[in-house]
Amino acid sequence: MNEGPYAATGAARALETVGAWLLGILWILPLAYAIWTAFHPSEYAVRFVPTAPLTLENFAHAWAAAPFARYFFNTIVLCAMILAAQLFLCTLAAYAFARFEFRGREIAFLLVLVQLMIMPDVLIVENYRTMHTLGILDTILAIGLPYMGSAFGIFLLRQTFKMVPKELDEAARVEGAGALEVLWKVYVPLAKPVYIAFGLVSVSYHWNNFLWPLIVTNSVETRPLTVGLQIFASVDQGIDWSIITAATLMTSAPLLVGFLLFQRQFVQSFMRAGIK
Amino acid sequence: MKARGILAGAALALLAMAGGAGAVDLQFYYPVAVGGPITKIIDGYAEEFEKENPGIKIRPVYAGTYQDTIAKVLTAAKGGEAPHVAVILSTDMFTLIDEDAIVPWDDVATSAEDKKWMDSFYPAFMANSRTGGKTWGIPFQRSTIVMYWNKELYKEAGLDPEKPAQNWAELLEHAKKLTKRDASGNVTQWGVQIPSSGFPYWLFQGLTTPNNVVLMNEAGNETYFDKKEVIEALQYWVDLSRKEKVHPPGIVEWGTTPKDFFERKVAIMWTTTGNLTNVKTNAQFPFGVAMLPEKVRRGSPTGGGNFYLFKKASPEERAAALKFVNWMTTPERAADWGIKTGYVAVSPAAWETPRMKEYVAGFPEAAVARDQLPYSVAELSTHENQRVTKALNDGLQAALTGAKTPEQAMKDAQREAQRILRPYKR
Amino acid sequence: MTELAAGTIARRRTGRGFIPSIHGWLLLLPAAVLLVSFTHWPTAATIIDSFFSTPKGARPAVFVGVENYEAMLDDPIFWRALWNNVVYCIGTIPASIALALLMAVFVNGRLAGRGFLRLAYFTPTVLPMIAVANIWLFFFSPSYGLVDQVTALFGAPARNWLGDPSTALWCIVVVTIWKEAGFFMIFYLAALQQISPRLAEAAALEGASRWYFFRRITFPLLMPTTLFVLVNAVINAFRLVDHIVVMTRGGPDNATALLLFYIYEIGFKFWDTSYAATLTVVLLAILAAVAIGQFLFLDRRVHYQ
Repeated sequence: MNEGPYAATGAARALETVGAWLLGILWILPLAYAIWTAFHPSEYAVRFVPTAPLTLENFAHAWAAAPFARYFFNTIVLCAMILAAQLFLCTLAAYAFARFEFRGREIAFLLVLVQLMIMPDVLIVENYRTMHTLGILDTILAIGLPYMGSAFGIFLLRQTFKMVPKELDEAARVEGAGALEVLWKVYVPLAKPVYIAFGLVSVSYHWNNFLWPLIVTNSVETRPLTVGLQIFASVDQGIDWSIITAATLMTSAPLLVGFLLFQRQFVQSFMRAGIK
Repeated sequence: MKARGILAGAALALLAMAGGAGAVDLQFYYPVAVGGPITKIIDGYAEEFEKENPGIKIRPVYAGTYQDTIAKVLTAAKGGEAPHVAVILSTDMFTLIDEDAIVPWDDVATSAEDKKWMDSFYPAFMANSRTGGKTWGIPFQRSTIVMYWNKELYKEAGLDPEKPAQNWAELLEHAKKLTKRDASGNVTQWGVQIPSSGFPYWLFQGLTTPNNVVLMNEAGNETYFDKKEVIEALQYWVDLSRKEKVHPPGIVEWGTTPKDFFERKVAIMWTTTGNLTNVKTNAQFPFGVAMLPEKVRRGSPTGGGNFYLFKKASPEERAAALKFVNWMTTPERAADWGIKTGYVAVSPAAWETPRMKEYVAGFPEAAVARDQLPYSVAELSTHENQRVTKALNDGLQAALTGAKTPEQAMKDAQREAQRILRPYKR
Repeated sequence: MTELAAGTIARRRTGRGFIPSIHGWLLLLPAAVLLVSFTHWPTAATIIDSFFSTPKGARPAVFVGVENYEAMLDDPIFWRALWNNVVYCIGTIPASIALALLMAVFVNGRLAGRGFLRLAYFTPTVLPMIAVANIWLFFFSPSYGLVDQVTALFGAPARNWLGDPSTALWCIVVVTIWKEAGFFMIFYLAALQQISPRLAEAAALEGASRWYFFRRITFPLLMPTTLFVLVNAVINAFRLVDHIVVMTRGGPDNATALLLFYIYEIGFKFWDTSYAATLTVVLLAILAAVAIGQFLFLDRRVHYQ
């Protein structure tokens, strides 16, 4: 990357570096602090002594005190289910919007875009009622259902499919492929980076989602990690910070580790998802 | 698994035929976050009960906090999927009645023996369990507020570590001596702290009761938040913090209060007896447990959960539920439960069991809650309970943070409560 | 972006007439059913329900006209929550956007430790709000919380940050800025990397100062991104209340009650679903206003998509 004529130099550069680092340290502080607390005995939760002994006990305590294994399983099932449904449904819908002419297409597309503004997160009261009517309260399906038809996914894929050169489409049709075959053989492979981007955004969104799962679930078998963590942390008796931070780190660990390993892909995926 | 299930089912069917009753499956909601030590105790009880009562199966569902549990139960009830039995806050009695979800225990507990059983609990616990002459709740997971003090800090401050504050004047006096300031006047150690986050109304009752005033009527459709004595009680609390500066300012977090106590940031704290085990394990200093100080009289509210019987249950299920609840509250079980958890054993008979006597001899602090029971009153509970308590909570927080005077805050809370309760006054 | 334009130009009519029309709708159908069931229908149902009473026990819902709306206008907590939400928007949005831009500029340059910085800024985005709120709760603990430990070094007295109505909402604002700035940074970073370096070279030849270049060239070029981020920030300000649930539950004395949190409380703690629906109508109206504003503004000011 060329730095260009407007890169800071000399004192300005030093100042900029210091500022950037201060901000960076400030931003990482909560995480650093959580790591400190989680790996030290609770007497050291509020005392920063470099010689404090390290321990894994807080994790053991937290793990034993609540069915986190089950919560992990639920969250993974939830994220996988939502993502699979989203990919399937949004691909079909985006294909329709990108390559089919049909009556009401423009209006239908506008109606889809409504969901970008009015997300299921704010329609908790009525969606709850719907789940009740369907008789699926307290199921993982109920947590995922409102998010499966994702306007964001449809929009993103529609833009991508529109960029696919016509020639490829036509070549495939000449060879006798049907519409769905063309979609599968031509469009989907070309949109792979977008699928990855959408997948990462979707998984991190649903891994972290809280309010709606809190409302629709009520048992260990369905609760995702976020809800499990909240129930674990809101105790009738005194709070033990060390154990709570250990639980907190545990629940965020998969995303955090994934992010550290695939940092570039993460950042680029979020960028890609955002530009459109 | 399946084969075993079928076998068990066949065995049950045989037993049922022998006993002449159908096999009964009871769904039992319990308000605890799953996986904690308490779930293991409850699982243990359920198992033991099933062993003694073949033909009845208990399926405990751990639903989280009390708030979660009531929410889940109400939702389930609306969908016709209510549990058969549940432990829910005693204060939710009116809510459950209004939702038409529960039936009084009197409907099933008809024999003379049953009546005797219903009268075997501490009257203080029954205050939140009866209305309109019917018994809707059977006490189980019950608690009350007590005062914990740090004996070491008492000694440092030149106070007798064995003599906690007996009344409001002494509490203020002790708190003054126990509050430490550094050179620049910043407080490094507070005298006393009464938590005010989440459910301040409950701790506030630890002040109103000694001032000889109740907050609501037994029918649960009237509140008395603006009475002179209530305002006085609030004034005392506000003064501790804002005038005398011996109590931390603003809203004191319930959850971190024990931690503050362990960290010696505060010398006296008010919290539930349910924290006894927590304090016993984590306090690195000698501590004492005392009844709340008196003003006109002694007093503290009770708290915690009762067994409720749900309308959905069939006659057989109701009978089975009665059997189960009866079994859960026998003196031996109540004693065992109290020792294991720190909750207050619910009947005088439980405290007379040899096991309990031995426990109290070794750990006299455990008996403080019991000794306070004769002075205890019902926890605030009305129709539209959540809303009415929110009105009071908001008022208390407004006064404690200085946004309103105690008088103004209580008048506003009373007006709001009356507005909410208007439909129930007919 | 150029690719995209090419794609649009290459647009072609794939199918004509009845059969392709059916195909299009068939492809759309599964997603449409879900969208209608969980976005459009609940939106309509919210409005309908706001004109009925809440069913309770044996009493069914009855039509009550605008009674719920009258109750709402009379409800001081509603006004408080709405006002809090306005303050919250003003507190979080400009600050997080400004910080996001600053971060993007930092990370886009060649500062020492760029990789670490990008990581540090972005990490809050991948952590669950519910988890970080617990950490921040501890930060703000009076006396031994980190904030108080740091301010104590400068001789400041211990403060009850979350327990004081004058500071509680600002604590929530800080957490939100911290959580969102890194997320918005990504969009700015993407936009900055699309700005041709030739522009800077040309401007430098003309003798434009660094600040002038930023103000007159870079910033206007970032306008579409700023608007995109702005809209997202506004939606988030009305959509995300996880940290309220963990840190303050709306207290003290409703000082941190945001609109959605209040809806949650009314709907799922007091079970007054009709009143919750009425409050939701207000929330929907706000979001609709944002959407219309975005539509008009975006169409006029920037060409985007």
